[in-house]
Formats: sequence, C-alpha cells, structure tokens
Amino acid sequence: MKLNKLLTSTAIGVAIAIGSVAANAKELTIVSWGGAYTKSQVEAYHKPFIAKTGAKINSEDYNGGIAEIKAQVEAGNVTWDIVDVELSDAIRACDEGLLETIDHSSLPAGADGTPATQDFLEGTLYDCAVANIVWSTIFAYDSSKMANGPKTMGDFFDLASFPGKRGLRKGAKVNLEFALIADGVAAADVYDVLGTPEGVDRAFAKLDTIKSEVVWWEAGAQPPQMLADGEVAMTTAYNGRIFNAVAGEGKPFEIVWDGQIYDLDLWVIPKGANNLDTAMEFLKFSTATEQLAAQASYISYGPARKSSAPLVGKYHNKDIDMGPQMPTNPANLANAAQSNFEFWADNADQLNERFNAWLAN
Amino acid sequence: MTFMEKCKTKGFAALIIATVLFLLYTQSFVGMVGFLIIFGIPYFAMNELPAYASTKDKIGKYIFLAICTCILIFLILPILIIIPLSFNAEPYFTFTEGMMALDPAAYSTRWYQDIWRFGMTAPDGIEGWWTDMWDNATWIRAMRNSFFLAIVSTLLATGFGTLAALGLSRPEMPFRSAITSLLISPMIVPLVITATGMFFFYGGTMQGIIPGYEKGLANTYLGLTLAHATLGVPFVIITVTATLSGFDRSLIRASEGLGANGWTTFTKVIMPLITPGMISGALFAFITSLDEVVAVIFLADVDQRTIPRQMFSGLREQISPTILAVATILVVMSIMLLTAVELLRRRSERLRGLSPG
Amino acid sequence: MTDATMSKGEAPLLAADGMPLKEKLARTTRRMKMRAFLLTVPLVLFLIVSFVLPIGQMLYRSFHNPTGSNVMPNFTQAIKNWDAEQGIPSDDVVKIFVEDMASARKNREVGKTIGNLATRVNYEIPGSRSLFTKTARRAGKITEGPYFDALVKIDKRWDNPHLWRTLQRVTNDYTLAFYLAATDRKYDETGSIVQADQLYRIYLPILWKTIWISALITALCFIIAYPVSYLLSTLPLRTSNLLMIMVLLPFWTSLLVRTSAWIAMLQKSGIINNVLVYLGIIADESRIQMIYNITGTVISMVHILLPFMILPLYSVMKTIPPSYMRAARSMGASGTYAFTKVYFPQTIPGIAAGTLLVFILAIGYYITPALVGGSDGLLISNLIADHIKKTLNWSLGAALGTILLVVVLVFYWIYNKLVGVDNLKFG
Repeated sequence: MKLNKLLTSTAIGVAIAIGSVAANAKELTIVSWGGAYTKSQVEAYHKPFIAKTGAKINSEDYNGGIAEIKAQVEAGNVTWDIVDVELSDAIRACDEGLLETIDHSSLPAGADGTPATQDFLEGTLYDCAVANIVWSTIFAYDSSKMANGPKTMGDFFDLASFPGKRGLRKGAKVNLEFALIADGVAAADVYDVLGTPEGVDRAFAKLDTIKSEVVWWEAGAQPPQMLADGEVAMTTAYNGRIFNAVAGEGKPFEIVWDGQIYDLDLWVIPKGANNLDTAMEFLKFSTATEQLAAQASYISYGPARKSSAPLVGKYHNKDIDMGPQMPTNPANLANAAQSNFEFWADNADQLNERFNAWLAN
Repeated sequence: MTFMEKCKTKGFAALIIATVLFLLYTQSFVGMVGFLIIFGIPYFAMNELPAYASTKDKIGKYIFLAICTCILIFLILPILIIIPLSFNAEPYFTFTEGMMALDPAAYSTRWYQDIWRFGMTAPDGIEGWWTDMWDNATWIRAMRNSFFLAIVSTLLATGFGTLAALGLSRPEMPFRSAITSLLISPMIVPLVITATGMFFFYGGTMQGIIPGYEKGLANTYLGLTLAHATLGVPFVIITVTATLSGFDRSLIRASEGLGANGWTTFTKVIMPLITPGMISGALFAFITSLDEVVAVIFLADVDQRTIPRQMFSGLREQISPTILAVATILVVMSIMLLTAVELLRRRSERLRGLSPG
Repeated sequence: MTDATMSKGEAPLLAADGMPLKEKLARTTRRMKMRAFLLTVPLVLFLIVSFVLPIGQMLYRSFHNPTGSNVMPNFTQAIKNWDAEQGIPSDDVVKIFVEDMASARKNREVGKTIGNLATRVNYEIPGSRSLFTKTARRAGKITEGPYFDALVKIDKRWDNPHLWRTLQRVTNDYTLAFYLAATDRKYDETGSIVQADQLYRIYLPILWKTIWISALITALCFIIAYPVSYLLSTLPLRTSNLLMIMVLLPFWTSLLVRTSAWIAMLQKSGIINNVLVYLGIIADESRIQMIYNITGTVISMVHILLPFMILPLYSVMKTIPPSYMRAARSMGASGTYAFTKVYFPQTIPGIAAGTLLVFILAIGYYITPALVGGSDGLLISNLIADHIKKTLNWSLGAALGTILLVVVLVFYWIYNKLVGVDNLKFG
C-alpha cells in the first residue's frame, strides 16, 4: 500500500514537472528539406529576418509530399506556417484548396524597380505559390574512386563499363525520365515518350537493367552520405547537396549534368496557418532580389528572379564561382528537361503503383 | 560434479584440443573466444545424466545444449553489442580497428554528449545553458515527451484496467469472453490500423467536441495520451487478471465473516494481494508507451516527438551513433524495469504462498 | 460478495409472502452479474471512444467517399438516374455539369474544390486529373449550349462514354472501387469488373507475401523457441530464472533499440560481415547483403517476436512432469519415440498459443520492415501507411486496412477458440 501510494504520488509529481512542455505559440514554423538546403535558407533568409523583425523561427524538416499539409488543414490544426514544396505538390495542394492564395502584386519589386510579376522567371509564380529557387536532380560519383568517370546518363545505366552500386530516389518520378534519357531519348522529348504506354514500358525495361544494383534513398541528405561511405559507386542526388559536400567538406565528388531534370522549389502557406501575417511577411522578405541571391552563395540552386542572377557571386567562404554550379547555367542545360508537373499530377498515382509492384517483384 | 572434477574428464580434453585446432586453423584469438563460448558453455552445463545414459544420449544432450547456447546468444548479443558500439569515437555503426585493439583513443563519449548538445542553439554557451538544453536539445525534448506520455497514459491504463480486471475475474461476470476479447484487442489489431483510425477520428471527427480542443486531438498531448493508454490497457488486463486468477476467494468470505465491510475487505485484503500484479501491469503499460512509435508517427507533430520517433527518423535518414547512445540508456532502463517486475512477481508469489521464492 | 445486511432485511419478507427461492436467487445473481459488469464499464466506454469508433470510422471510409457529391451537388442529382447505356448524358445534364464545374472552380473550401474531384476521378481513370482542372478553368466561359460540344472543344476526351459512366459512379457516395483497387481489380470501359494489368498488380501479391513471410517467421520462431523453452522448463528453478532473464530482456527492450542493434549486426560493414571476413569465410569484396532486404526483415522480426513464442511454450512445458518421459524410457521407448509420442503432444496447447500470437503480431508489423525492409522487404502495413501518409489515397488505405483487419481478426477468433484470451500471460 505505502509503496503504491509513493509510486502514484511520484508519478503524478513527475508528470506535472514534465507537463510544462507545451510549445510557445507565437513563432514562425518554417518547413523545408533539411540538411545543407535548410542551412542555406537559415543563412540567407532566417537570420536577416530575425534581425529585422525579432520573430522566433522554428525550423522543421520534411521529405516532400502534401500529406502533412492536408492533414493539418483538414483537421483545422495548422502548425506549419510556411512550407518549401516541389511544383507538382504546390499545384495539387492549391487545386485541393489546402493553401492560402498569394497576391503577386504585393511581392517586392526587383532591385531595379521591375515589378515582381515581370522580375520572376516565367512559370515561377502560381496562385498559391512563389518559387524561390531552381534545383535539379543529377547524378554524381566519387572521382577519387573512379578516375575515368561516367560522362552521360547512359553511363549511369551501364553496369559493364562502370560496375558498382547505384543510388536512386525511391519513387517513379525522375527515375523514369532518367531511364528514357539513358535509353537514347532526347531530354526535350522525354515527356512525350513517357506519355505513351510503350514509353513507360521502355523506361521500366531500362530500370530493370540496373535493378539488382540499386540502393534506394528517400531523404536528400542520404546520397552524399552514401557516396562518402562508398556504399554506392554513383547516385542520383539534388545538385546542391553534392555541391555542398564538395565545397563545404572537400569531398571529391563530381556532378554529371547530362540528362538533368530541373524543378522549382516554392514557398506555400497552408490555409489557416497560425501565424499567417508573419508567414506572408517572411515570404515576401525571402523572395526579394537580395535574399535569393544571398542563398545562392550558400548552395548551388538558381534564384527564381532575373534581378538576382547578376548578384550571384562566389561561395560564401571559398573562391568558387557559383554561376557554373547552377542548374540553369547554359553549359549544364545542354541535355536537360524541366520536370513536367502536369504529367506527374496526372500519372503519379498510377506510375507509383507500377513502380511499387516492380520494386516488390 | 565440481569444476575441478569436470576439468579432468575426457570431454574436457576433447574441448581443449578442438579449441587449439580451431585457433591454429583460423589464427584468430577472437574467433577462439567465440568458439569457447559456443562449445564450452554446453560442456559445463551438462549436468549428471542418469547412469543408464548411453554415449549417444550424452552426445545428443551436448548438441542440444550447444544449440540452446547459440539461441540464447542470438537473443542477447544484439542488445549487448550496442553498448560498446555507442562509445565509438568514429561516426560509424561498427567496431573500428582501434576499438578491437582496446585503444582508449578509439573510444569516446561524444555521442552521449550529442544527446544533450544536438539541437541546442549554443551548445558551448555558458549563460542560460540549462534552459537552452532543456528547451531546445532535440533528444532532451524527446525524452521529456516520452516520459510525460508514458506516465500519464500508464496511470490511465492502470486505473481503468485494474477496475475492469476486478470485474472480469469475478466468477459471475457475464459475457466474459467477449469483453476480454475486446479489451485485449488493442494488442492484437495491427498498430497501423489503430493509428490510421485514430489519425482520422482524433484529428477530424473529434473537432469541437472537447472544450479546449476545438481543433481536434491530432498533434496534442491529450490525443497521444489516449492512444497510448489504449495500447497499454491489454497489458494491464493480462497481468492483473493473472494475479487475480490465483486469488483465493475464500479470503474474501473470511474477511466478511470477521465483520469487515466491502471497502475494508478491498483495501485490507484484495489490494495488498493484487498490488504487485497492478504494478507489473503498470510497468508493462509504461514500457509499451515508451516504446510506441506508430501512433506517434500518425498523431504527433515535431513538438510531441518521442524518443522512439526520433530514433525512427534517425535510422531512416541519417544514421549516427547517437542513436546507439540513446539505445544504451534505454537498455539500462529496461534492465531496471525487468528487475523490478521480477522482484514484484516473486513477492506476489511469496504472498500467495505459491513458490519458495 | 453479497452483503449480509440485505439478506437479513429481506429474509422475513421471503417468509411472509412466500417469494419463491428460485426467483430470489435469480435476482441476487443478476445483481452480482451487474456489479461485475459495471466494473468493466468505464474501460469499455473508454476503449469504444479511443479505439472502436476510430477503427469503425476507418472501415466506413473504405466504402464511403463523398468527394463527388461534395464537389458537384447538382450534377450528382442530375446523373443519378441516367442510364449508362446511353453513352453520353443529355445536354441538360451536361449543362448542370458545366455549371457545377464553374462554381467548384471558385470554391476554396477544403474537400469541395475541383482538385478534390480531379484526384478522385484520377484514381479510376489515371491521367484524367488535368482534364478536370483544365476544363474547370474554362467552364465559366461556356454560357450557351450545346454544352457537350463546348466540352469536347476544350478537350476531346470528354467524348467518351467511359468517362461519364465513371462520373456517375464517382458521384455515388458509396463505392466498392477502393476494395477493387485493394484487390488489384478495376472497372473496365463497359463498367464490368476486371483484373488490373499484370504490371500494376501489387496489393494481393504483397498481402500473400505478408502472410507467407509471417508464416515463415512463425515457423522459425517455433523451431528456435522449442529447444530453449524445453531447456528452461527442465533446469532447476534458480538457473532457469537466470536464463529467463536472457529471454525477457529482449522482450523489455525497445523495438527501435533492437532494430538499431540488428542494423549494426547485419549491415555490410557490420559485425557479422566483419567476423566472417576476419575468419576468412568470405572475401572483403564479397560481403553479404543481409539488411535492407527480406533477409534482414525476417532475422530482426524473429528476434523481436521470439519471446512471444518462448513464454507460452515455457509455461506449458513447466507443467509437464519429467517422470512421464522417464516412464516411457523405462518401458523401452527410444528417446525419439518417447519424445514424439509422450512429450510433444502435451506441448501442443503451448504451440498453438505461441504460433498464433506470433503470426498475428507478425502480419501487422510496420516499424521493422519500414526500417530494414529495403525495397523487397515491404509488407502490407507499409503500403497502408504509405497511402495514408504519402499518396493520400485515404480510402484505398482504409480498404487495405480493413482487409488486413479481417485477416487478423480471423486468426484472433481461432486463437480465442483454441487457446482462450484469458490464457495470455507474460513471464
């Protein structure tokens, strides 16, 4: 009995002590992709924003998708204030009414006074989303282990000439495009081919040729890690992550730009966000010319504003020109395609199902 | 047979010869230690067989014991191996050469420091270090969440569970089988299904029902507590009814015969006898909540992340030995809880006069 | 526990009006039953709210999806009684469709937007998502008939009876479509149910795989647990208690801890591979891939579920007197014969309890396959979680969940019949 009483009262005491865990509500919760990418945003957006407004910023990581936004909005309990999403996710979330609409005219004008609607690159402003950067999925290898490295997307799928494990993002998106490009389809035609049943078969057939050697990754931080550990000989990755491993940690990684698929990252604000005004303020602040240009000095993603391009200089603490590292650099665009959000909005469900079936067999 | 006597037999000579041969063949002392463990333990565990036992019986018994040794090693080794691994100085999940050579420089406590440093705004700051650690360190926050949830949900599960177990163990209980099946089912129904159901129901349907939780119970401590209490209930029911099944009901009649009223009988006779069962049920519920991750994945956001949730994302995204350091702490805690349950079980058996203890 | 005062008070009554003893007994029994039952009521109510209703609602969601009627309330009414054999609905119905599209386009309320409908139809006709979003953008500009021709002018895919038939089905709140999808089936062009293309069949194969893997894990657990339980049950109490700790410690150790431990053991640069290389059994280049595949899943799940097999076996074996075996041997039975004919049959209750429990727990496992399963070690639970958390096809997730739940409940029912839930014990 005594023991029991003692236990109960201690338990209650501890519970009350730990009970003071409720989070402070008046903060801005910014959700992004973590790792080097979030770090670049912290340097270029968060820190100056905190200095300017005194807001407290909570930074969260996620791996893409709109599930969390949908759950929060439908439950009416929105704890994310502003989220960095891919274009296809932004479109779908907007279509389903999960996002706040954004008035484009309220965005800050370019440094030279050009209105925002003209200063942003074409196709980077949407009803509910404002792009901040252009990023790309490329493949990379460790040049210290492969002196005569791969040059084309075809080499990535060539196990005979370049033996070793391959890293790929788990999912149909981008992999099918890569497979077709490797199979000889020009990057510009890739979605036309993929739009036909034969094209899909062809892509899967190409993936079949390396299936046994693939290590699948899910988070953007994984591929550089896998290359560093020697777990894979080459891997697809987000170009900025590889660049940061090279520039920041001195890793001997080499990017192959051939067949790159570039895409946009955009800011969206979930409908009914707790700190809507602060979120909107942050959105405008971070997509201003200077901030976008500043981010480019921390990670090799291209700014979405024309007026930011001339301001892009060198890596923040090293003598590396950022220009040639950008997905939008003309030399890197020789054989490249922009991810087709409409294609993926239409076909993602079905192709992922087939991808999963393919994976399980 | 004493140890000395055992060492003098033929079998012992065979074991030594086999070990030496193994060493000569593999050239490895570590391998030899393993060989000795797997084949030496069964040798010493052979207790005297009856006089009629043939050599075949003896060999059979020896093989049987060797198999059992391997199985017990299989059970326990993975858990013990993470303890030295967590002191790795390198960021890997494996023993480095330095560790094998017992080089002190290959060992470090950096991953333990990481537990409270990771996520802090200024891990090397002096002013406000404690508040910074308490509020911002990722693992510390996870630990606070885990213990808070575990304690509150254990209290709920134990309270409701014990009451129900008292009813269930009465001989006159109607629909016993059906109700027991219902109360045990949170343990049986796949967690993904339970969590999915709760994800929809707590988040959507519960909106505006509970005052103060107009936005539903998703991403709230209350929602998680309910979920964990639900998952802990079967364990409380099972342990407390097990205790009550050995309960001598004539004690109640004796108490009543001696003039005690219902309340006195409950507090003076029933409670002392079922308390050990109740506490072990509570400990089961506690560990269930502490270990639960599926409901947390579905129902919690980053503010409510628990230790296992944090380990889950760590294992999925960026494996670091910090996970092993946390795991080591959890293993030590499991050992303490296990000891507590064992002691309680013995106490309960002694009280009921079931075993010599 | 009837209290004495009551029967004392009522005793004279009984004598006076001669109330039959039988009735009196029945009343007392009823009262005692009620009292026992009332003790369980708080927990039962608690579980109903926290557990039964949520699962029930999930079941409901698997066949009830009101997206269609939410987005297009008027069209839902208009097309309800349309005969799908006509091919294309009359222009009146199409007019209502266009109007509903135009107003849905303006609607920003969650669950009632054109995007919701597009997503819903896209499940049935893959690739039709953009057709809806595109058409809705222009629907407001269609002001006069013939409305059907206007639609076809926007996109000629509208001239397709299959699409309209699907729309009629989608606007019905109650649907079997998700159960069809969950069993790799679908409606074809003519509205009859057909199997999905071989390349897209995933759910049934994974379900069978899950059942098969669970059976394998159960069998392995049984083979491993039997000798150990026998050893534990025959050793003197002091020793067996000590060894029992080796069984119980994994049981009390966090699932995540054990999974991390197996990653450390099995990975390519892990301990087992290191030992094998060190001993010269395999070459350094040919390290074995034992994790992030089905092997890793099976090994770690066997380890995790083993205590659930050992404990019931042990508790049954402990009650078998060793003298039975000795008696058999003394009467001339060989060791094997005595074991199969005398010992083994007595352990069958323990075997039933252990195997069923392990199988039931294995079939719904999520965490371990998610962490160490890689690409070929995924089980049905992982697909369910994927649909709830990633692809957002909640109804399909719910339908898959319902199928899994039914499988589990069947085995739970068998368990209850053979073993009885009240015989569950830990340690």
